[in-house]
Amino acid sequence: MPKKVVKRKRAPKPKPAPEAAITAVPISVKVNGKTHSLTVEPRTLLVELIREKLDLTGTHVGCDTTYCGACTVLMNGAAVKSCTMFAVQADGAELLTVEGLEKDGQLHPIQKAFGDSYGLQCGYCTPGLMLSAFQLLSHNRQPSEKDIRKAIAGNTCRCTGYQNIFKAIQLAAQNVKGV
Amino acid sequence: MYPRAFHYHRASSLKEAVTMLSQLGDDAKLLAGGQSLIPLMKLRFANPQHLVDLNFVPGTSYIKEEGGALRFGALTRHAEIENSATAAKIPILHDCAAGIADVQVRNRGTIGGSLAEADPSGDWAVVLITLATEVRCLGKKSERTVRFADFIKDAYTTALAHDELVSEVVVKKPPKGSGGAYIAFKRSAPVYPTASAAVQLTLDGDVCKDAAIALGCVGLTAIKARDAEAALRGQRITDKTIAAAMEAARAAADPQSDMRGSADYKRALVGALVKRAIEIAVRRARGEQVEVGHIYA
Repeated sequence: MPKKVVKRKRAPKPKPAPEAAITAVPISVKVNGKTHSLTVEPRTLLVELIREKLDLTGTHVGCDTTYCGACTVLMNGAAVKSCTMFAVQADGAELLTVEGLEKDGQLHPIQKAFGDSYGLQCGYCTPGLMLSAFQLLSHNRQPSEKDIRKAIAGNTCRCTGYQNIFKAIQLAAQNVKGV
Repeated sequence: MYPRAFHYHRASSLKEAVTMLSQLGDDAKLLAGGQSLIPLMKLRFANPQHLVDLNFVPGTSYIKEEGGALRFGALTRHAEIENSATAAKIPILHDCAAGIADVQVRNRGTIGGSLAEADPSGDWAVVLITLATEVRCLGKKSERTVRFADFIKDAYTTALAHDELVSEVVVKKPPKGSGGAYIAFKRSAPVYPTASAAVQLTLDGDVCKDAAIALGCVGLTAIKARDAEAALRGQRITDKTIAAAMEAARAAADPQSDMRGSADYKRALVGALVKRAIEIAVRRARGEQVEVGHIYA
């Protein structure tokens, strides 16, 4: 409902955007193969759309400042930090979140490798790391240790010390068929 | 964290974006890759009432080689430049693109957005000021070309008028016998460098015909270290001339103490980075393939 503007005698402070007047924007996104058409407020962050509106809570919010990569998802095959995009920017895009890795009750080879190699401890950073690994393995099936380091440089893990994450991605590289 | 609410406008052409900017006034900002703007908005350092989204404008992301120059569309992502064989024809461009933040940020961030933001810690300005670079600026009535040296005015301040945008970045290919290198020193991948150095040289045999040296993160803009350039120009590159260039680079730096390090530390660091960059630039000028990686503390 539009609020009535009260006139003041003194010069008003720089006014914030009139929130009631903001128009929600219709968007359509394909997430893990399923198309969703919905309207979002422009300031809705992509991670908020994924977690709150689509109830896909495997994508995590860590630092919320474009550092840690816990919120990493794939947009049209490219890893992005979903805390640093507005949902309206994903209009028409195809997204892949950690929930979309599993197929027919079978873990994706990347997921299985993280388990088999003890590539996680608390698990908070894991969905983001697996999606960064997914982008790497989608164009490089024989990554060197340097390639892996570069690919996950935007994902922070505070438990493992990364060694088992390297092993997991190396193992996944051997087992992945057509990511 | 949520930004202030804003009105969202999706431009379908750069011309339309310019018209929107001039109609919406000072409270409007452009959204390109958003990797600087969105964090600033979430922290509420930036509170635009209107965002004009450029991401849906077709034909703004390209790397072309034309008439001895490389042309980059304003919305060309860092990752596209990192993976482009055309861009790698000027190796220092690859050094820069491949070392900006991390994969995720490079997938979104754009060269035009980075220049228009003019963050004092940004990477592109340091590199582009060592090359013959021009920025194409599209306004309501016309498009003009601004030499890069005249483009960045101050921290977060460019030559762009409010209703102008960067449409293209044009980098002239350096002459034969040239080589360059860009090295940043970073505490970790996603953060801005503590300091960085870009060196672009042209050799004539053993003699340095021309030199351009720029320093990053040690001032409010990228600093062109003119005395360091003069220390090499017309000289043979020896330990002695390199030491003179390092000394001049340290003197040109104007760093501030902050969480990334003290001013003294950064001054010492930037000298060492200049030395390494000169050494790699010389090897590249002689035709050697040298891979450059940034240094992580």
